[in-house]
Amino acid sequence: MDHEFVRGAGKKLPHQTIHAVGRQAASIGQTVRPKRLLRESLEHTMSTVFFLCGFLAVACVLFISIYLILSGLPAIWEIGVRDFLFGDTWDGQGRKFGILPFLLTSVAGTGGAVLIGVPVGVLTAIFLSKMANPRTVTVLRAAVSLLAGIPSVVYGLVGMVVLVPAIQRLFSLPSGANLLSAVVVLAIMILPSIINVSETALRAVPKEYEEASLALGATYTETVFRVSLPAARSGVATAIVLGVGRAIGEAMAIIMVSGNVPNLPASPFTPVQFLTTAIASEMNYAAFGSLWRQALFSIGLVLFLFIVMINVILNTFIKHKRER
Amino acid sequence: MKQPIMRTNRLNLWYGETHALKDVTLDMPEHQITALIGPSGCGKSTFLKTLDRMNELIPSVRIQGEVLYRGKNIFDAQMDVTSLRRYVGMVFQKPNPFPMSIYDNIAYGPRTHGIRGKGELDALVERSLRNAAIWDEVKDRLKKSALSLSGGQQQRICIARALAVEPDVLLMDEATSALDPISTSKIEDLMADLKQSYTIVIVTHNMQQAARVSDRCAFFLHGELVESNGTEQMFSMPKDKRTEDYITGRFG
Repeated sequence: MDHEFVRGAGKKLPHQTIHAVGRQAASIGQTVRPKRLLRESLEHTMSTVFFLCGFLAVACVLFISIYLILSGLPAIWEIGVRDFLFGDTWDGQGRKFGILPFLLTSVAGTGGAVLIGVPVGVLTAIFLSKMANPRTVTVLRAAVSLLAGIPSVVYGLVGMVVLVPAIQRLFSLPSGANLLSAVVVLAIMILPSIINVSETALRAVPKEYEEASLALGATYTETVFRVSLPAARSGVATAIVLGVGRAIGEAMAIIMVSGNVPNLPASPFTPVQFLTTAIASEMNYAAFGSLWRQALFSIGLVLFLFIVMINVILNTFIKHKRER
Repeated sequence: MKQPIMRTNRLNLWYGETHALKDVTLDMPEHQITALIGPSGCGKSTFLKTLDRMNELIPSVRIQGEVLYRGKNIFDAQMDVTSLRRYVGMVFQKPNPFPMSIYDNIAYGPRTHGIRGKGELDALVERSLRNAAIWDEVKDRLKKSALSLSGGQQQRICIARALAVEPDVLLMDEATSALDPISTSKIEDLMADLKQSYTIVIVTHNMQQAARVSDRCAFFLHGELVESNGTEQMFSMPKDKRTEDYITGRFG
């Protein structure tokens, strides 16, 4: 979107307008010339302002990327790419910097959240768009937007006070702060975007498709699952991408429920640390200039590349699907 | 006249407060094409959609009277609406193939009714496409999206899709009004073939089309059935003054 903005600003459109105005002014006479000049310079100024606004967004992305690469690479270099990515022990003070536990935890946590959040979210969207009566829709939609507006620290707080003890008791564990709690919190957090985007996509499915299916003797449920949902699949896939993006980047909500120990995610009941929570919880302890601190930046770089990669993969997958 | 396969008996229908069909009693004989004609808003489409209970998708609809399909009232509690719609198929005004491959479009109905075997489906798809006179045009690209076809081809795909569930009656709601003259004439030829095996009820705005393809005509005006008769009689000597005015183009 940012790119489009810049491209739009670079188009010749404002100049064309100026030419048209110029021709008009010439036909009226020379007296309007000062006014024309004023207008022309205003047009120029405005198109520059638009360009700068668009450039700002691109500049931020560029700056962050470059900064992350510059500050993240040295530690990876020093530790060694293999030891850094595939080392299974992380101990800042003991100078062991293997981030495999964080990587796998982020994958497992996001995967688990998607596994729970997507079916619930998509079914809710189907209910909202195809089955619920208008009054229920109003109430449910308000609830969903409220869910989207809750700050992530509140999710973490409620998770810590309600969810963690509940999971501890339910499975009789020494502590309920583990991967499972984080997955549940993340699943709830990604619900609003999945519901909203899928609902919009489902509502955009032409009524004619559904009528055709019903007229062939399909029931309403069959129609929804075999016609409406496939017709809306690119929208639903976008919803999943958004959900994945949100889940993998989240730190605050899960730092309070995941246990914060750099374990490999061996079971749902293992206390774990994510890529995000590792950075957030250790940054304050790592001394300036130390390898530890540099390695935390390297985690940031890995997280960044990870998100870019997932977006690229999912987007090409969706595009491919759409073109078929 | 042949035995009617569908008949309505004092059918009344309201959209909210609007009385859209008034005491309509009409017979639709087997293996004939019955054309419903009349100006916009006269209730002919409403009448057609009542025959396979598609009107019930609109919440404010209220229906009184009987629609008999092979002697059974389709509004009876024992009547299963999905099996009714399997026997009474429908083709819509705007071509509406699903955004799937041509093959999956045709196989949709049979799969819905439990046919899963590949051989059986393949045969059914081919037969339906042949019956809809489009097999030769699409046989090499059954896996391509149905949306890649032209409007006229899409409409024949929709007809093939309706035929694939092996219906008894085919309802066509202005099925050619969105098409070019060549596609229209192909579909008109197709209707003439199809009536050997199916009973067809069409809604049309086009008087020439009604005269060309139909065996019987029913003229609707303001929700009333003004007159119904064999097409030839109706066009040569209409009984009612309003019918005469309409078919000679004096209004509508």
